Amino acid sequence: MTGQSFKTLARDTANVIRRIIGVPDYDRYVAHVQAHHPGAQPMSRAEFIRQRQVDRYSKPGSRCC
Amino acid sequence: MPKLFRGAVWILIVLLATAAFAKLATTRGETINAAWLLTAAICSYAVAYRFHSKLIASKIFALDSSRATPAVRLDDGHDFVPTNRWIVFGHHFAAIAGPGPLVGPTLAAQFGFLPGVIWIIVGVALGGAVQDFVILASSVRRNGKSLGQMAREEIGPVAGVTALVSVLGIMIVLLAVLALVVVNALKSSPWGTVTIGLTIPIAMVMGIYLRWIRPGRVLEASAMGIVLIIAALYVGRWVSDQPTLAPMFTLSGGALAVSIMIYSFAASVAPVWLLLAPRDYLSAFVKIAVVLALAVGIIVSLPPLQMPALTQFTDGSGPVFAGKVFPFAFITIACGAISGFHALVASGTTPKMLANEADARMVGYGSMLMESFVAVMALIAACALTPGVYFAINAPASAIGATAASAAEAVRNWGFTLDPAEMQRLAQQVGESSLLSRTGGAPSLALGMAHLFSNVLGGGAAMAIWYHFAIMFEALFILTTLDAGTRVGRFMLQDLGRHVWAPFGRVSWYPAVLLSSALIVAMWGHFLYQGVIDPLGGINSLWPLFGISNQLLATVALCVGTTIIIKMGKARYAWVTMLPLVWLTLVTMSAGWEKLFSPDVRLGFLSHAHLIESQIAASTLPGAIKTITDARRVIFNDYLDAGVAAFFMISVVVILADSVREWVAVLAGRKPTVSSEVPFDASIAVVGD
Repeated sequence: MTGQSFKTLARDTANVIRRIIGVPDYDRYVAHVQAHHPGAQPMSRAEFIRQRQVDRYSKPGSRCC
Repeated sequence: MPKLFRGAVWILIVLLATAAFAKLATTRGETINAAWLLTAAICSYAVAYRFHSKLIASKIFALDSSRATPAVRLDDGHDFVPTNRWIVFGHHFAAIAGPGPLVGPTLAAQFGFLPGVIWIIVGVALGGAVQDFVILASSVRRNGKSLGQMAREEIGPVAGVTALVSVLGIMIVLLAVLALVVVNALKSSPWGTVTIGLTIPIAMVMGIYLRWIRPGRVLEASAMGIVLIIAALYVGRWVSDQPTLAPMFTLSGGALAVSIMIYSFAASVAPVWLLLAPRDYLSAFVKIAVVLALAVGIIVSLPPLQMPALTQFTDGSGPVFAGKVFPFAFITIACGAISGFHALVASGTTPKMLANEADARMVGYGSMLMESFVAVMALIAACALTPGVYFAINAPASAIGATAASAAEAVRNWGFTLDPAEMQRLAQQVGESSLLSRTGGAPSLALGMAHLFSNVLGGGAAMAIWYHFAIMFEALFILTTLDAGTRVGRFMLQDLGRHVWAPFGRVSWYPAVLLSSALIVAMWGHFLYQGVIDPLGGINSLWPLFGISNQLLATVALCVGTTIIIKMGKARYAWVTMLPLVWLTLVTMSAGWEKLFSPDVRLGFLSHAHLIESQIAASTLPGAIKTITDARRVIFNDYLDAGVAAFFMISVVVILADSVREWVAVLAGRKPTVSSEVPFDASIAVVGD
């Protein structure tokens, strides 16, 4: 395995783990805003994470017993 | 030829499952290896997934990969995000798997392994996984609507309100019983108390790191957190060896209950980033790691099951909790077989993530099979202990007395053997002062896990560390549930309360936030405290209430599912959800009835209240109840529990009646057979992300 592909693999794995434990995906959000709402100012990273966390923990749908 | 070959393979799998079940069911008087149980489970899951979930996917919903999901159509970059199926699977599994599937099977092991095995495997295949899948598919077809919304829109406003109030009631009972599990696990255990206590500042350090030092670097912070909680395990051991420090952390049940209430109140009003979010990441990691480790431990060591297939306690005289195998095995094991709570997750975050609606089968049905497998592993861990040890740990002091000698005597009377010296040796081996009457399921599960893990890694010398690791793992995610559940309960209460007094509903107004959080904590705290002082051991009254409430929510979910199937014009397949619905109605109603009206004072709330009343009148109160005031409190709690059970039963009847009314109207043609799903629009191309 080359150094480059190892790096890609490590990055992809880290991404998968982050998504599974429910870390909000800021980069994807920014890409979405830029692609679909040209000219709109995306939230800052801190603001985005805060908004996602507040949303996640205010509804009963995010966890079980 | 390949088709013929595939057919032969499936016939072989069915035969294997049948043979394994036959072996499990016919074993008497000899130990049986856990491999039989694993074979029965895995082969049954394969068959159920291949055939039953296929029926739901193709015949009922006709899931179609070319149909754009809400995540694709409504992609907004934050709430609706199309996500790879394996990630959604992992995320959904991490959300549904909690302490429930670990504790329930451990308690139900008092009936022997057979009732638990059958219910976990058959229940999940025909009930739990069906419910999760049907609700997920229905929600995906309705832009990710929640269970409450679907109940209101598909069945009617009465069902909608009942569902909403039930969810709040379930949250209260759930939080109380989970808190009780933690209290019982940490009682008089300085090691456990210190370790769990340290996870709070550890989570806060992670939160501060994520907020101010390296914003958003969750994996770094989690790696640091994991190292720190392992260090906390060793700090706990060190403290428990210090003659001056250890007594400071040797807490009574009452003191622990109050501490947990104060903690949950503070955590639920603190900012999410400080405690809840980092703790949640940490517990998700630990949860997945432990589930994998448990699987490895069981598969590598393939322990023999010491517990018989059936014990004499199927007659209702069991010391762990009262009640006959029917209906109480089916109430005690909720998560793992069927859990109504999952319907909230399946209509919450998950439907907004599916990139392809055909993935609903793997995510909805598949994740639930995984959770069922966790329950099977918990059952194996419990049944791998000798019955004597299992009952000495899980029976309350009222059944086995306070000493190893009295416990051995009680166990001998039940027809099992227990060497009093062995209990002492085991306690010493895991670094506890005593393992007698450590009810709630967590300590016996931790002991079982410590046995399995130390077989694989570390040997007998590592038992204590593995035991406390397992306790910490359970407590870690129970505390996360308490904190998150109190917060969610607060939002729900504020939402209901704003109809009475508008300012109460303002989520950013501190007096309303503090008041509603305090109310929620007071509600579950009352049940918790009552459980702690209950002379019969609180698990006996609280766990069945939790089971009934969870199955009530499953009833709601299956009513919603059946209504949706009938309105889709697929009434001939409505048996798929009606079969588990009928069973759960039978189970919840008969369990509720017995909890209310059974003349057995260990079982019926009302007969227990009457007994204490007559004991007050005759001044013959048992030693465990010291004053008349205490006795009056016990009576009040009995009536309260009876009221809660009655409320859950009435809710089942209301939901069912309202649903049947709707089904009859549709089937008789008085209401049009129209599905409320978002229509298929071929012009919206499905584009990969």
